Amino acid sequence: MHDLRAHATQHHGPPQSFIRKYIFSTDHKVIGKQYYGLGLVAVFVGMGLSWIMRLHLGWTDLRIPGLAWLSPNGAPGGVLTPEYYLQLMTMHATFMVFFVLTVAPFAAFGNFFLPIQVGAEDMPFPHINMMSFWVTFVAFCILVSSFFFSDGPALSGWTAYAPLSAVGAVAGPGQGVGQVLWALSIAVFCVGQLLGSLNFIPTTLDMRAKGLSLSRMPLTVWAWFITSCMGLTAFAVLMPACILLIMDHVVGTSFFIPSNLVVSGQIQPHSGGSTLLWQHLFWFFGHPEVYIAIVPAMGIVSHVLVTFMRRPLLSYKVVIGSMLSLAFLSYMVYGHHMFVSGMNPISSLVFSFPTLIITIPSTILVLIWLGSLYRSRLRITTASLFALGFISMFITGGVSGFFLAQPPIDIMVHATYFVVGHFHFVMAVAAIFGIFSGTYFWFPKMFGRMMSERLGKLHFWLTFVGVYCIFMPFHYLGLAGNVRRYQAFVDDYTMNLIPIHRFATVAALFTGAVQLIFLYNLVHSRFWGEKAPDNPWESTSLEWSTTSPPPYDNFGGRHPIVYHDPYQYGVQSATGSDYIMQDSPEEEQPEAAETNR
Amino acid sequence: MAKLLAVTIVIIAALSAVPILRHTWEPPPDISREGPAIDHQIDETMKEAGICFLAGQVVLALMIWAYAGRGREHKIGKLPGGALGMVILAFLIVGTEVIILGAVSSKVWAQVYFAPLKPGAVAVQVQAQQFAFYFRYPGPDGVFGPIHPDLINDATENFFGLDTDRDPASRDDIVTAEMAIPVNREIQLMMHARDLSHSFYVPALRIQQDFVPGLDLSIHFTANKIGRYEIVCTQLCGLGHYNMKAYLDVMSESDYNDWLKKEAALQ
Amino acid sequence: MGVIVEDRLTASYPPTARLTGGGGPTGLTPNGRRFLSLHENAPPPQSTAIWVGIATIVMMFAALTSAMVVRQGASTDWHHFDLPTILYFNTLILLGSSITLEMFVRAFKRHKSVPMGYGTAPALWLYITLALGLLFVIGQYVAWHQLNSEGLYLASNPSHSFFYVLTGAHVLHVLGGLGGIIYIIGKVHKVTLQSSTLGVATKYWHFMDLLWLYLLGLLWMKL
Repeated sequence: MHDLRAHATQHHGPPQSFIRKYIFSTDHKVIGKQYYGLGLVAVFVGMGLSWIMRLHLGWTDLRIPGLAWLSPNGAPGGVLTPEYYLQLMTMHATFMVFFVLTVAPFAAFGNFFLPIQVGAEDMPFPHINMMSFWVTFVAFCILVSSFFFSDGPALSGWTAYAPLSAVGAVAGPGQGVGQVLWALSIAVFCVGQLLGSLNFIPTTLDMRAKGLSLSRMPLTVWAWFITSCMGLTAFAVLMPACILLIMDHVVGTSFFIPSNLVVSGQIQPHSGGSTLLWQHLFWFFGHPEVYIAIVPAMGIVSHVLVTFMRRPLLSYKVVIGSMLSLAFLSYMVYGHHMFVSGMNPISSLVFSFPTLIITIPSTILVLIWLGSLYRSRLRITTASLFALGFISMFITGGVSGFFLAQPPIDIMVHATYFVVGHFHFVMAVAAIFGIFSGTYFWFPKMFGRMMSERLGKLHFWLTFVGVYCIFMPFHYLGLAGNVRRYQAFVDDYTMNLIPIHRFATVAALFTGAVQLIFLYNLVHSRFWGEKAPDNPWESTSLEWSTTSPPPYDNFGGRHPIVYHDPYQYGVQSATGSDYIMQDSPEEEQPEAAETNR
Repeated sequence: MAKLLAVTIVIIAALSAVPILRHTWEPPPDISREGPAIDHQIDETMKEAGICFLAGQVVLALMIWAYAGRGREHKIGKLPGGALGMVILAFLIVGTEVIILGAVSSKVWAQVYFAPLKPGAVAVQVQAQQFAFYFRYPGPDGVFGPIHPDLINDATENFFGLDTDRDPASRDDIVTAEMAIPVNREIQLMMHARDLSHSFYVPALRIQQDFVPGLDLSIHFTANKIGRYEIVCTQLCGLGHYNMKAYLDVMSESDYNDWLKKEAALQ
Repeated sequence: MGVIVEDRLTASYPPTARLTGGGGPTGLTPNGRRFLSLHENAPPPQSTAIWVGIATIVMMFAALTSAMVVRQGASTDWHHFDLPTILYFNTLILLGSSITLEMFVRAFKRHKSVPMGYGTAPALWLYITLALGLLFVIGQYVAWHQLNSEGLYLASNPSHSFFYVLTGAHVLHVLGGLGGIIYIIGKVHKVTLQSSTLGVATKYWHFMDLLWLYLLGLLWMKL
């Protein structure tokens, strides 16, 4: 009989080779950083695409330097063709929604900090975790490759409505190989994220340290947990939809293509498919997806705010309940993207009500954040500035939802810049602010060095003003009837709106340039930043009880035992500070502050 | 820095409100029967959304102004009402608001979609294709001839694929590139997509409706002001999407009849 | 460290917590790293994970089901056809493989009376399960071949498309399950099989059964 115990207790220590340490690593911290890096590349690519788009929208005949070299067909002489505009637009949105907004707040920070915040040494399935990153990376490569095949990437938007996305190359440039590569990339991406959920959920449920009950989990952990559950259901629906779409292209099935379509003069050999079916499948995924993008940011902002307000939120349970309600309701509202799609008008009303109701948990969250600021001891750092900025952006993005939720108003603003303004505020700005806040907050822990607060504050100020300048005008454009996804504005009634577009373009280029400050700050601080202490922000959750950066097994052989919830601030600690760490055995001693349950 | 942020937030909020209050950029004037109800709904919603927006930003600014930089000599205070108060506030104010908005907007929606077609409506068919709209009037027999996809030929301007030789109903159909309708008459718009998804948007008419390939649907409306308006496509349909438009002429009854006769002669 | 390792290895559920300072049920990852799940009475993460996986697969087939229902209602070109009879035979084979897998699980539990020992049991039942599973896959292929020879292809009609997509997706997942069975066989030979790992494979395999019964019923009703 083997000496099984000896075999079992044989530790494999930390990896030694470069490849095992940095490339094919099973360490959740490395995987988190890899995801962050992927998100960073994707966001700059997506942003670059948006600069080209906005330049073209402001000045349609502008020769953009370098573009002719990149794509002689797409931009002959540096002037975008109409199809290339749409292709860049599709890729902009696809990179941003999938490879930035799903990857950074959820996969990047979640992978790094979820195990640490629950007191575990790693996720339970490190190899599956490693696979989840590399599968996502492969999806990214497939998407990028679509620029270089045939007549370029898909042009049907990130929403890829059938039949345009299903009939193939006959519908236009990019709709052949480009569309198939798009669908393949997304299907692979879904698999990657599902592999992530396979780790996130068991970590949260089964790997918590002793004493860390569900009601002592930081709000970030709750947010990542709720997001993984949403991801399970949402990505598992998008993946088969993409497979069916690919089959319509490649095999000649007719899932989404009805009979007798005559495209470019040719009768399509398909029959009987349903174009609305694609929309239902897509939006069943699509709406939870946007909550997947925002809920982690809400968790991060809540967590960061509490640290810098030096007091707990008005109610931990209400915040969790609101996030859960948002997640739950998000499945019932998806038809609000389809009010005028031709589905039964009664269905439109049915979807409109939960869409209106979902404002309630959103409002509760905003009121809790605002109400918690009352009589707090707010500290201003870059991380807290971005968290406060998030609240402002979320309010702005949220109120435009009042209009979009009502079908008769949607008649006027559907497919206009009003929608574009709405979703850029909640996703491109609010969720990104959540990512920034998390970055400035957690960078010291991840890399053992402090970021420059000076540069960070400059980054905040210029970005805050900049994004309002870019996206607030979109609401006015939409109200005036400016249709979206147009590469140029040739309708009589939109001619006088072009100056607004030019203003937005200038703001976009400026704000984009400002992000280089952030990039510089990241890189410079990574190598030359001031060394970070273990707990620079005097925060209570478990990641701050270990070194900066954490050792290979997160706690250096120690197994934390949790005695408190993560929001013991504004208390009298035995060491004289105003907070008690989660794993500190000392008694909770309010400094004449009432308990906030 | 905190006070500066608070002031900035208020300034941005105020500046954002200015174009709305001054009605600088608005939908074009309404020319439809259901339009006033939609416009009223937008106005009401703007008031409520506007109040929520301004209140939210101002309260945020106030909180930042008042409580940033407070040290340990200041006691941490709890908001009167606490979390429960916020929940009640959300349900009471926002909840009531959305229920009212929902109820009224349902009524407006019903007016647009569930009102029965008035008798004597003028039937027009609009066909959307990459990248143009074409229109068809049924002619004196009041019947649209069948569509034969295999006969479609843009070069010979048989956009609809009509077989005037074998289908008597097609012979008097009038196909045009512009849509003309008589003022103050109910119009029944039959929508047909030839190749993929498109949409029919006339801001002045307060109408936006997607075409559904494979499903011919119809909507109806009444225009009450003479004039020339643009119809634009709002559902991404390919590279020419930005340029896919047609003109809608609302004419007096007699002008419309003259126009129809003229077009019939050109078939 | 002074932490007793055996709880997971003898793995009865719920783990009888033999706790030392801060200790609890332990787990082993495939690369042999040892880490602690310190929360008392926490189920092993493997069992949570398999339910996560099953939920995901359920959602995927739910999406395909609703796609099928909508597609059928979208037009009148749905061709009803008889399911190849071999499908019913394949069903019995798959159910049989679940039974043989259960036989192995019981034998495994009986052999766990050896303290500090990994479970071990004759791998014969596993081989039979594997064989039956492969037989199922072959049987599905035969069914496809039969339909092909009758002129029913993937793109010839939407009802055919859904037949191939649903049965094809199921077979792909079954192949994954077979991979798991092979992995288990390897572990048995090295005498390193843990109850939690076996639990994952067993739940997954039985789920493949249930899923197939659901699909068979769906296809029978709709096609």
